[in-house]
Amino acid sequence: MRILVAMSGGVDSSAVAGLLHEGGHEVVGATLQLYDHGAATAKRGACCAGQDIHDARRVADRLGIPHYVLDREERFRDAVVRDFADAYARGETPIPCVRCNQTVKFHDLVELARGLGCDALATGHYVRRVDGPRGPELRRAADPARDQSYFLFATTPDQLAFSRFPLGDFPDKAAVRAEAARLGLPVSEKPDSQDICFVPSGRYHDVVARFRPDAAEPGEIAHLDGRVLGRHAGVARYTVGQGRGLGAASRDGGGEPLYVAALDAGRRRVVVGPRAALPRVEIVAGEVNWLRPPPAGPFPCEVKLRAREAPQPAVAEWDAAAALLRVRPVAPAVAAPGQACVLYEGERVLGGGFIRRGAGAVPVIDTAGTAA
Amino acid sequence: MGEALYLDANATEPLRPEARDAALGAFDVTGNPSSVHADGRAARRVLEDARDGLGARFGVRPGDVVLTAGGTEANALAVAGLGRGRRVLAGATEHAAVLAATVPDTERVPVRPDGTADLDALAALLVGGEPTLVCLMAANNETGVLHPLADAAALCRAHGALLHVDAVQAAGRVPLDPGLADSMALSGHKLGGPAGAGALLLRPGLHLPALVAGGGQERGRRGGTEPLPAIVGFAAAAEAARPEIAERLAALRDRLEAGLLAAAPEAVIVGAGAPRLPNTSCILLPGVPAEAQVIALDLAGVRVSAGAACSSGKVARSHVLAAMGLGAAAGCAIRVSLPWNAREDAPERFVGAWSAMRARLSRRAA
Repeated sequence: MRILVAMSGGVDSSAVAGLLHEGGHEVVGATLQLYDHGAATAKRGACCAGQDIHDARRVADRLGIPHYVLDREERFRDAVVRDFADAYARGETPIPCVRCNQTVKFHDLVELARGLGCDALATGHYVRRVDGPRGPELRRAADPARDQSYFLFATTPDQLAFSRFPLGDFPDKAAVRAEAARLGLPVSEKPDSQDICFVPSGRYHDVVARFRPDAAEPGEIAHLDGRVLGRHAGVARYTVGQGRGLGAASRDGGGEPLYVAALDAGRRRVVVGPRAALPRVEIVAGEVNWLRPPPAGPFPCEVKLRAREAPQPAVAEWDAAAALLRVRPVAPAVAAPGQACVLYEGERVLGGGFIRRGAGAVPVIDTAGTAA
Repeated sequence: MGEALYLDANATEPLRPEARDAALGAFDVTGNPSSVHADGRAARRVLEDARDGLGARFGVRPGDVVLTAGGTEANALAVAGLGRGRRVLAGATEHAAVLAATVPDTERVPVRPDGTADLDALAALLVGGEPTLVCLMAANNETGVLHPLADAAALCRAHGALLHVDAVQAAGRVPLDPGLADSMALSGHKLGGPAGAGALLLRPGLHLPALVAGGGQERGRRGGTEPLPAIVGFAAAAEAARPEIAERLAALRDRLEAGLLAAAPEAVIVGAGAPRLPNTSCILLPGVPAEAQVIALDLAGVRVSAGAACSSGKVARSHVLAAMGLGAAAGCAIRVSLPWNAREDAPERFVGAWSAMRARLSRRAA
């Protein structure tokens, strides 16, 4: 097969290219230039391409495969970075890796691969694609610590059918590194990438402020009961469930610890409350992608509401008329609007969407401090 | 797939055998041309013979040939040296070698839709009469379009402005008159020599301060020990690259374009209405990103370019085509540039590969 491999310059996608090449496939490497690396790291004179593109090219040289650098700066800025800033300005917590997978990676690269006469697109994601009785299924990776299925829920059935994820069955990252070393790839010892790729400094609110200055404007920190407890330096610095960065407001009069319960972007207000006030009984998600035909009526499943947590038992229902997914976790859960709400059935991803701000964006609480 | 079809001469020409032989001979010359002893004198003789050859070939005195490491340096040397104390005007479609040597807000001489310099606009920019350096390329690297240099030179003279001409793509392919310009940049590898040598041809008597002073070589205009193999290869290539011979390429190019347009009525040859280099064809396929075209052709064994190559290897949006007013379509054009040794079947082979690429990519873009 002729296979387009999305090569980031890291060990994972390099190993994918090497393994497919070794397997006798005609491998074509492509590396996305997503942002001006020199500008992002604020190093004077740093190349716009950065070390990762150089590494990807050296891996391709080593394998003797064609390799291309695709300029996607504009596309990435419009589809991912701007969306990232807009979400924060709406009081949400965006998940840019999903947006990137959804647009720049799986949409655009599948198109390109098909245009180039490729039979498949392969990436270094840790997920499994299994051919089921009714077409390809997306499943969790063999290594639960590396599983990236949460970030790939928005891959459409058509894109999934065209994609290959050779690392999904690897027991762990060490095994991938060992393969990269065996293949003589110069990146086998390269450290894992961290954080959000286009904010290597980690100061993501600087990026948000550049696109949406309103998200960096100061405002009040208010208790759910209406008391103003302090000030903040922009809603973009907060996410629902967060306990840090609240200053004096982090403890109610020196007593009970408080957490972000909601972000009221319209009033530039961070709303805090006790831990017990945060969980929601029903979570609503929009922009839903189904990787199986949506069941009629409520159905049991597991739900994952943030990247770093295990799926929890839940009952979900597809509201086809409103195109919304309604999920009731068995135990009420904290959900940050903007994050992904992904449904699983065991290892299999059923579908998912982006968490919406519920009708009661700010939960109504009774005097006992529990959510109504 | 068979043998690859190299059609990227404007990026670099295949090495000419005359240049290869000359360069190989020079590798065995041990001396430094600046040394006093016999070996130094021998090296000096090789260097000056090459300079004499270049001067004779382009019609300038040997003393007015400043050897550099290449076209980029020759352009930078001219802009820095002649632009000092002068206002600088650069053509909108100049190569980065010129543009990057100017200050960021340098005024641009616009081009007409066919890619030729808008001389009315140039005249308007020159009316103030302040000391000015005008930078205009002889031939554009992406479209092959030739600027009306004689008219531009007359305008500059009338307004007391200096004219620097980037002739990197034109040299060896079309007749050049260095007498029109105050300085003219050449590149060895763009006419079939090895990379690593170029020259700035100067108007007699023009003072040029150095960019790199070093040991005072090149009469104090460019320091650094001269790379003899690259320089003698450059001189030999220049001697071999004759516009009369390049005319053979025009017939191939015309056949290639006719074949394309017959196969794809939607295709556009950019700059076709203007005088052009004989070897260059800028082909616009509406709705299909140039990047995908270049990759698809490469996978089919056909080497072409889009935009100007960036060191990162990415295909960047063409400022040349944008300046010609092509808008978003500027991202849908590739450059085909026939090398001096193009075979007679190159047009037919290219049209075949291009048509297959178009069939696959146009369907997806539709």
